[in-house]
Amino acid sequence: MADYIVSLRRYYGYYTAVFFLAILALAILERHGMPARWIGYSFLLLTLVLYATIGVLARTASVSEYYVAGRRVPAVFNGMATGADWMSSASFMGLAGMLYLTGYQGLSYVMGWTGGYVLVALLLAPYLRRFGQFTIPDFLAARYGGNAARIVGVFATVLASFVYVVAQIYGVGLITSRFVGLQFEVGVFVGLAGILVCSFLGGMRAVTWTQVAQYIILIVAYLVPVTILSYKVTGIPLPQVTYGQVLEKVTQLEQRIFEDAGEIDARRIFRERADAYYLRILTLPDSLKEEDRRLTAQIDTLTKNNAQMRDVAALEKQRSDLPKTPEAAHSYWDGLMRQAARRGAAPEPHASAFPGENESASNAARLNFLTLVFCLMVGTAALPHVLMRYYTTPTVSDARNSVFWSLFFILVLYLTAPAYAVFAKYEIYTKLIGTTIADLPAWVTAWGKIGLVSIEDVNGDGILQLAELALNPDVILLATPEIAGLPYVISGLVAAGALAAALSTADGLLLTIASALSHDVYYKIIRPQATTQWRLVVSKALLLVVAVLAATVAAQKPATILFMVAWAFSLAGAAFFPALILGVFWKRANPQGALCGMIVGLLVTLYYMIRVEFNSIPWLGVHGIGMPPWFGIESTSAGVWGIVAGFLTVVVVSLLSRPPRQETQDFVESVRYPDWSR
Amino acid sequence: MPPEQRQCIYWRRNLRVTGLLLLLWFLVTFVVTYFARELADFTVLGLPFGFFMAAQGAPLIYALYMNRLDRTYGVREAADSELERHR
Repeated sequence: MADYIVSLRRYYGYYTAVFFLAILALAILERHGMPARWIGYSFLLLTLVLYATIGVLARTASVSEYYVAGRRVPAVFNGMATGADWMSSASFMGLAGMLYLTGYQGLSYVMGWTGGYVLVALLLAPYLRRFGQFTIPDFLAARYGGNAARIVGVFATVLASFVYVVAQIYGVGLITSRFVGLQFEVGVFVGLAGILVCSFLGGMRAVTWTQVAQYIILIVAYLVPVTILSYKVTGIPLPQVTYGQVLEKVTQLEQRIFEDAGEIDARRIFRERADAYYLRILTLPDSLKEEDRRLTAQIDTLTKNNAQMRDVAALEKQRSDLPKTPEAAHSYWDGLMRQAARRGAAPEPHASAFPGENESASNAARLNFLTLVFCLMVGTAALPHVLMRYYTTPTVSDARNSVFWSLFFILVLYLTAPAYAVFAKYEIYTKLIGTTIADLPAWVTAWGKIGLVSIEDVNGDGILQLAELALNPDVILLATPEIAGLPYVISGLVAAGALAAALSTADGLLLTIASALSHDVYYKIIRPQATTQWRLVVSKALLLVVAVLAATVAAQKPATILFMVAWAFSLAGAAFFPALILGVFWKRANPQGALCGMIVGLLVTLYYMIRVEFNSIPWLGVHGIGMPPWFGIESTSAGVWGIVAGFLTVVVVSLLSRPPRQETQDFVESVRYPDWSR
Repeated sequence: MPPEQRQCIYWRRNLRVTGLLLLLWFLVTFVVTYFARELADFTVLGLPFGFFMAAQGAPLIYALYMNRLDRTYGVREAADSELERHR
């Protein structure tokens, strides 16, 4: 074992050195005139080939290697792999952007995603490892005797992981379309190939060792730009320590910018625009015809006056983009109204906790912060692809130890994310806001092309006001090197890191979905007599099907990455957490209780999420299902209702029905205590 | 000591340690955050206290006591097995 660890360390040491040399070489080539696009290509190709090589070298045909990497992954490496598995494009791209947009409020993600590991280590990891099977539904089936619990477990696993994996593939599409210039939809499928070489060939074993390699790339890529930025701004290359003083400067800048006359004017125009949309919605369906008439009249006058072709074409596009039915117009204008209202609202200072116009708005912000932290923590302790990793360690103590290492490795990123947001804000406030729109830097147009940055000079003064700049949160991190004026090789590095984050998580998730279907459904329920070889074939085939499905959904660009991921957490938390925790800590919990609890938790969460977030689902033909949130809690924290409902249901139903059988009680004993007989 | 009684003692101790650590987790996470507005007046590293706790303090505390966790639990498990071998 010791030799094994030493040689592992040596391999990854060489690997890191080679990676740094490659970056250096590309930096030198850039100096000598290598075009930006080629740097993007090289990073993409280099890393994909690397992951594929590890995938091929670690390919396997053994069941235990395929599902749990032979249970001999040392704690430190398991920690690194879990780190990469865990840090998805939501952490890598979404988090810094979220913190940029919402300031303090975004810290709920930092807290939630680190504190969740406390729950994992205290309440789950040691017991799951002592149980020592392959999947989470395995545990549910053993504890709650039978296939019913297993099937519900599989359903929840697939649902939560699928939402999550769609977000990852979406992230891959974003990166490839910006850095390699592929079309978004094509980029999605190229990324898919990268994901598949690994999980397809070698299962958990290949995925684990690739994830260690991906962790190294993603953490280097995350730290380098912000460290350089910190050095440029403060003279000290330690962003985590220096961002406090930069935040003080940002707060001063905010006071000046928020009170600026042009700024107040721009915000007023956006608010008026929101009011106009509101009026239009109220006067539907007449307003739709009126809008069509107005545009037609405008086009006619323009053509008569021999105006520029470009202006006419723009208006014609506006006219053809008008929604066809009053229902469609309602949701279309509703979206535009909210957008305008958001841009017209008074901006909130970055550093202040729970900002709000008045006491009750501030309290609502606090409630949302706390509930989101709770949902993310519980979700962390219930996401199957994370919990599964604690089956891969050699011993129970290693399981606990590797939770610490996981947390250690992800903290490196999470402690840096708030610094990213502050430094990016400082750069944008000092260099961008208040400059003339005619000479904005090139990155604004580059990102504007794929619709992630947009600028609209609403008050027509030719100067960029804060309210006139709209940034998609996913762009902050990818654009930071360009915002700070760093060489393009750093941008390429960040893209490679973002790709590593998305691929590693997608790998872990796809594997989880495929094992849930092949191991739990096919092998345990449909054909228990299946040979090991056949089981692996089924698993790989399913992996392929699920991956293609996820890519197809991702190509529709459903929502922002962070939102999708927060939903996945709520779903997983509500479905699994009550049944898992009570399964270990309350012997009286019985199959009926667990089954009802999981279903109720899942349904309550889904119900709340859908009704609060969507007013209509066009492809199902459902309209007008929206409802106001309960106590103002947003859909990202939907799990809070589901988790409470789940716990209550398990307890009540269990107490109303017979206590579990003796063998179940013996099983609970077996996961609780160390095996002293050995 | 009969195995049942030992298991019982082990489990009770386990619950006590777990409960205590969960309490600490709850205080650091939810209680401190609840009062973030009131705690904004003093600063750490230039950050308001509530901001600092959410961004760095709480995550570091989680990591620190996770590092000790293995000692709190693990040593006992080892001691228990040691005891068993002597019997």
